Amino acid sequence: MAILMKGNEAIAEAAIQAGCRLFCGYPITPSTEIPEYMAKKMKKAGGTYLQAESEVAAIYMVYGAGAAGARVMSGTSSPGFSLMQEGLSYLFAAEIPCVIADVMRGGPGLGGLGPTQADYFQLTKGGGHGDYHPIVLAPATVQEMIDLTKEAFDLADIYRNPVILAVDGILGQMMEPVEFPGTYKAKILPAKTWAADGCEGRPKNNVISYYLSSEAGEADNLRWGKKMAQMQAAEQRFAELSLDDAEYAFVAFGTSSRITETAIDMLRSEGVKVGLFRPISLWPFPVEGLQKRVPQIKGWMSIELSAGQMVQDVRLAVNGRAPVGFYGRQGGMIPEPEEIVAAFKTQILQGGVQR
Amino acid sequence: MTEQGIKQRGMAPQGTDTAEAAKPVTAKPVTTKYVLAGFGGQGVLFVGKVLAQAGMMAKKQVTWIPAYGPEMRGGTANCSVIISDRKIGSPTVGKPSVCLTMNQAAYEKFLHTIVPGGVLYVNSSIVADLPGRDDIRIVKAPVNDLAHDLGSAKVANIVMLGIMQALTPSVSDKELEDALMQLAGKKPELAELNRQALKAGMEFANRL
Amino acid sequence: MKTVFAKTAGLTDRVTHYCPGCTHGIIHRLIGEILEEMEIIGKTVGVAPVGCAGFCENYFACDIIGAAHGRAVAVATGAKRAHPDRVVFTYQGDGDGASIGLAETVSAAARGEKLTSIFVNNAIYGMTGGQMAPTTLLGMKTATSPYGRDESMGYPLDLPKLLAQVRGAAYVASVSVDNPQAVREAKKALKKAFQVQLDGLGYSFVSILSTCPTNWGVTPVEALEWVRTKMKPYFALGELKVPAEEGGGEE
Repeated sequence: MAILMKGNEAIAEAAIQAGCRLFCGYPITPSTEIPEYMAKKMKKAGGTYLQAESEVAAIYMVYGAGAAGARVMSGTSSPGFSLMQEGLSYLFAAEIPCVIADVMRGGPGLGGLGPTQADYFQLTKGGGHGDYHPIVLAPATVQEMIDLTKEAFDLADIYRNPVILAVDGILGQMMEPVEFPGTYKAKILPAKTWAADGCEGRPKNNVISYYLSSEAGEADNLRWGKKMAQMQAAEQRFAELSLDDAEYAFVAFGTSSRITETAIDMLRSEGVKVGLFRPISLWPFPVEGLQKRVPQIKGWMSIELSAGQMVQDVRLAVNGRAPVGFYGRQGGMIPEPEEIVAAFKTQILQGGVQR
Repeated sequence: MTEQGIKQRGMAPQGTDTAEAAKPVTAKPVTTKYVLAGFGGQGVLFVGKVLAQAGMMAKKQVTWIPAYGPEMRGGTANCSVIISDRKIGSPTVGKPSVCLTMNQAAYEKFLHTIVPGGVLYVNSSIVADLPGRDDIRIVKAPVNDLAHDLGSAKVANIVMLGIMQALTPSVSDKELEDALMQLAGKKPELAELNRQALKAGMEFANRL
Repeated sequence: MKTVFAKTAGLTDRVTHYCPGCTHGIIHRLIGEILEEMEIIGKTVGVAPVGCAGFCENYFACDIIGAAHGRAVAVATGAKRAHPDRVVFTYQGDGDGASIGLAETVSAAARGEKLTSIFVNNAIYGMTGGQMAPTTLLGMKTATSPYGRDESMGYPLDLPKLLAQVRGAAYVASVSVDNPQAVREAKKALKKAFQVQLDGLGYSFVSILSTCPTNWGVTPVEALEWVRTKMKPYFALGELKVPAEEGGGEE
């Protein structure tokens, strides 16, 4: 039976259903319903909600628990996510699975509490030091948040890699009808024989992130590079809407993809053949899926709640074969579908943007 | 006060809000976009939840988004609700077709956002007689007083919900009442009060 | 032939990288012996810091997680909360525990995390080559206080004294290893700290005054003398806080 649930709560409930029994976090708007839900429900589930003294501490609590083999997560919003970047670099290097939800708000600085997607760069490009990427998943509905949260834990374990749920403030705060347990089927996972949880009956394990020689450092980095290539090959996710006959395409994720859907309805009613390419994995960016559409699309347009971040990945994928436009709002403002239609007409139909 | 017969010519606004709103309502899917606003504590978020719950129980598509963050501070609250026969694209409501303002600040903030042909419900118990608009219907109802007559000022929001149900329903009366009982019917005395409030609102609307 | 002394099973056979005259070796041995004597090698998770002891996963026979600089106590908190039946300890230097990780240390103490922190205070940053530490004494010359630490650079922080004020800290001791008797007392304090954790009483913390002949620019013997004459007068010593049943704790 469907129930109405906020996106933030849906993430938390899905995590508990996925077997997460430890949540470490620090409250920050607009993600506070995640720790609040965990505080209410974890105890009953036999788990622990642990309020850290900062997001810095929270990400290292996640690190310690993950290194000891636990299914663990944190949830935060943009400024808190910035504080977690150092830890994410360490989590990648120590190959510790974990799930982090970033319910994005305005920036830079303290910014505002309104919804944005302006963490795209720091989410997808490996915002900490060194060469790395977390897997980044971007749901567009509350139901999809449930399924992707569950899948995120499995992907984290399979690749021993941090997985981030990229959510804007609207999706975090919005209630929609959802059904549990959702459609995701849990995968069979390898045992965590590498975990540091006490060496009784086996050789001791170390979970560390340094190397003593530059040669060893390069070897580690090459190995991680192979792992990232595997993720890029196997984990590109996207959804398409009205693209089969389309001459033009929008690219948008999360809430902006929802607003764009309405803009597409408006343009279609005027006879413009336009569709939506919606990345679900922001990293790996779904290059292959997008490039399959390149031959038929005469103009692309990225719609984001930012100054234009994902548009760079769109341009790389389109690679000069068609014009790529951009429209976005910032600081917590949300575009109206009419604005998107107008920008599309100026930039794409009237040739305002060159390839 | 503009008192056009919205109910008679269909509840969907005839404005320019979206493609589907511009189409005739009888044969096409209906989408109703609500903004519900007032002081914190007046229960506007709850009214939104009841509408969303009812929409869901009526097998329609629904979204509910609260204003959050700095807008919550200083005692104001509002939420956006969409109830639709089809998949909801944009979940945000910049231009509501139905708007509820429980206090003056909300009235001033949202009066000019409503699509032409839309409906604005005003809590006239505390909102002064301010300039309105000719291209929308403005329904003024002293819901604080009506609720007070029922014995609890707290149900002013539910009285208003009853008025909205009578004039611009998105679901059947039963579906709305069932939703209300699901969300606020666990204690018998509260259930009865809420039922009475809903009824009082509908009766008030039918006298308009 | 009768064995009268053997290397503890709590340590691996790896030769340490520590400098001659550094007391990390003694402290490692004490911890190794305690893990062995308390029969907890197989159920212990240690957390390594960043600093000279950052490679201690090579030496301790138990599982080790390597933390980022200053974050050992947060990492240990995560491991312990995930596995409350395990023994979890951090091994940290003064920079790690009292400077960059001060918030983590105090907060874990305030939460009464049931884990043990071993804090090795040698008044200097050893790993990076002898820069000023939060525990560097006034007047002491380091690479970043070349004319001696003066008041403009702040005062050395006596972390155990601070932690003894925190309610969730069940056991706080400050010891040294500059002579055989001190080593025995240090071992007693360390063992008690682990026992406090096993008894679930709260956070336990043992500070150990240590040496750094290399960066202090003195011989190992002079270094021990410097601990006795310079460090011991400044830093509070002894059991600064004991569990309630021994008369400690607050109301």
